Amino acid sequence: MKLYRSHVLVCGGTGCHSSGSAGIMDAFQAELKKHKLEDEIKLVGTGCFGLCAVGPVVVVYPEGAFYSGIKAEDVPRIVEEHLLKGRIVNDLLYHDHAKAEDIVSTLDEVEFYKKQKRMALRNCGVINPEKIEEYIAFDGYKALAKVLTEMTPMDVINEIKASGLRGRGGAGFPTGLKWEFARKAPGDKKYVCCNADEGDPGAFMDRSLLEGDPHSILEAMAIAGYAIGSDQGYIYVRAEYPIAVKRLSIAIEQAKELGLLGKNIFGTDFSFDIELRLGAGAFVCGEETALMRSIEGKRGEPTPRPPFPAVKGVFAKPTLLNNVETYANIPQIILNGAEWFAQVGTEKSKGTKVFALGGKINNTGLVEVPMGTTLREIIYDIGGGIPNGKKFKAAQTGGPSGGCIPAEHLDTPIDYDSLAKIGSMMGSGGLIVMDEDNCMVDIARFFLDFTVDESCGKCPPCRIGTKRMLELLDKITSGNGEEGDIEKLEELGNNIKAAALCGLGQTAPNPVLSTIMYFRDEYEAHIKEKRCPAGVCRNLLRYVISSDLCRGCGLCTKVCPVSAISGERKAPHSIDPDKCIKCGACAEKCPFHAITKG
Amino acid sequence: MSRFILAEHEEKLAELNRIIDEYKGKEGPLMPILTKAQELFGYLPYEVQAHIAEALDIPVSDIYGVATFYSQFSVKPKGKYKIGVCMGTACYVKGSQLILNELIKELGVQPGDTTEDGRFTLEATRCLGACGLAPVMMINEDVYGRLKPEDVKGILDKYRDK
Ligand SMILES: Cc1cc2nc3c(=O)[nH]c(=O)nc-3n(C[C@H](O)[C@H](O)[C@H](O)COP(=O)(O)O)c2cc1C
Ligand code: SF4
Ligand code: SF4
Ligand code: SF4
Ligand code: FES
Ligand code: FES
Repeated sequence: MKLYRSHVLVCGGTGCHSSGSAGIMDAFQAELKKHKLEDEIKLVGTGCFGLCAVGPVVVVYPEGAFYSGIKAEDVPRIVEEHLLKGRIVNDLLYHDHAKAEDIVSTLDEVEFYKKQKRMALRNCGVINPEKIEEYIAFDGYKALAKVLTEMTPMDVINEIKASGLRGRGGAGFPTGLKWEFARKAPGDKKYVCCNADEGDPGAFMDRSLLEGDPHSILEAMAIAGYAIGSDQGYIYVRAEYPIAVKRLSIAIEQAKELGLLGKNIFGTDFSFDIELRLGAGAFVCGEETALMRSIEGKRGEPTPRPPFPAVKGVFAKPTLLNNVETYANIPQIILNGAEWFAQVGTEKSKGTKVFALGGKINNTGLVEVPMGTTLREIIYDIGGGIPNGKKFKAAQTGGPSGGCIPAEHLDTPIDYDSLAKIGSMMGSGGLIVMDEDNCMVDIARFFLDFTVDESCGKCPPCRIGTKRMLELLDKITSGNGEEGDIEKLEELGNNIKAAALCGLGQTAPNPVLSTIMYFRDEYEAHIKEKRCPAGVCRNLLRYVISSDLCRGCGLCTKVCPVSAISGERKAPHSIDPDKCIKCGACAEKCPFHAITKG
Repeated sequence: MSRFILAEHEEKLAELNRIIDEYKGKEGPLMPILTKAQELFGYLPYEVQAHIAEALDIPVSDIYGVATFYSQFSVKPKGKYKIGVCMGTACYVKGSQLILNELIKELGVQPGDTTEDGRFTLEATRCLGACGLAPVMMINEDVYGRLKPEDVKGILDKYRDK
């Protein structure tokens, strides 16, 4: 391989792409050409670095200089100063929230990365995902070679079992055991499937993996094929992920060209092919039986289990289904051994977990931490805390199937079992932070609105029950809640959990039940006092003028579109609640902050 | 909106037939064919569904059932510009409902509908993968992040006379 004196890594993940990284790539290309540096400096378009909030992100090695918020106009300076003269451009470097203003950081000093452990994401932001050579240079396809030449299928399964790896798609089922079931199921034809449907509406871990390191998924699926005795894989990926689909297609092409997929891989008699299947926007298709119906080209409706997919899956053949992140861990386990993997994590949850950190948090982005890290560490040390000095209220994990975790549980070490114990779940890795300005009843309504929309309608407890719950929540948030509504929600929720056919219905009540458990007072305020403490539910909003703070300047009367404010000059003003349309214009204008909502 | 006549789209029809031939022999051909057909025509008119049904020798009702199950497929024509407002959790907690409300007001249509002049289709979508920029919306391929309700009008204006 050719030697370069510097590497310039430009993030091409979805976050940075959206904030304009393609233009930066072009600008670097042009500048490097202009200065005839193309042979000395290598330009690499990579996957997500994780700190999407400060994108577009550019990293220059060997120094590890971490440039953030770069614009195309900044590129000539980086090339002329840093690459030509060797002077890091300080004012373009990333500034740590946690540190004093004038301290700038290189990549390994940034607080955001310090407590992270990048195992699944090891290649994201490191290699160019559209070049198989780069994956190979980082030990790519070495695990597949090892498996095919040195291990029996049972060796592979035992190694995975010993590692303690559990499914990252939500339920946490032991992966090795699943592989063993699929191996032992009788059948001449078997399938290996990858669940890349990523249904959690606020999460993008799998997407980033597919965009940043697609070959690791292909390699792992081939290993799984060898272990269970299958020659055909399907990746079920959301059509809404165009960059991921493109990079996967390129990766499959390249792997076939080099004979790493296809017939007689590494000259053995093992053959394995992978096809992409595009999901078409139905949350329920992330559920395993529905996903398999969808691959077959049918409506994605779940079917009762048993029979389990390991016995009767796609096209009625034994099928193994794992999540993207589950697969991403496989090659490393094979290369470094089960023990290496099992060193990380807690007693029953080994390895790391990737979270998509979002909402009211300074460092939104992708983080990977050892199992057992506490929520507090993730939110404050890695995430940089809550913006604008606001107070933390809750963290939501597990998406529409999960629950809200209040401040009192911030020190819970996160793993599958501890999260279940406090009424939430690991889920696939969405982690949304909420502050004092978020209304928990409204959040519960948001998730239920989502599940009602996505329910496939096949079984009545889910189809009718979730709709009834949503009606109750609508009633409460619109100010018509009655005594007894909370109890009705609890009863309905528990019934649906017990009676629904598939995981969607069985978990749909969780966001409601967990918010009732921890934030019952907020529900009560809506019902009894007709008040939304966070000031979110519009029908319950009231703008009031504090007579202590109001100086009677009259500014607010000028901006009110419906003339709801009256008062004598220099005397406290007041708002007529019957006229007020809650536009908030007055509160924004008042120079003395005398108007508040509540 | 005038009726859709398949024979008037000769090139697209030829491409569709090529795709049908490619997938026909494979297992589970319907989803990939519908995905490509939607790419070609922008939506799935009844005539296209009927054509695929005939080629695959399955009832049209099966195709209609699949086409209406998945939100990516549309049996109604879409506007020139598709506006997707992210209603993913990260964007929702950061106020994407207010952005959607503003768009509903500006365009005079509800999510899922198209403006009368056929210019804009408004949609509420899920996570666009750019949560770092929340709240986010997309107009065709263009992404707009860190939005405030008052930004909406100016952004729409850029597409109004294009
Ligand atoms: C409604 C519903 C949606 C789901 N969505 C996903 C998803 O988007 N991605 C995923 O990997 N698993 C999802 N699952 C879990 C899958 O059914 C399955 O358990 C998982 O893909 C198995 O892989 P794992 O063992 O590697 O986790 C979903 C389950 C349910 C009930
Ligand atoms: S629980 Fe809901 S999504 Fe699952 S099968 Fe029943 S209706 Fe469909
Ligand atoms: S919130 Fe709007 S309508 Fe109500 S008093 Fe203030 S300016 Fe007037
Ligand atoms: S703008 Fe503020 S200070 Fe002035 S009259 Fe209104 S409430 Fe009072
Ligand atoms: S997309 Fe660039 S850092 Fe996440
Ligand atoms: S939730 Fe809106 S981009 Fe992720």
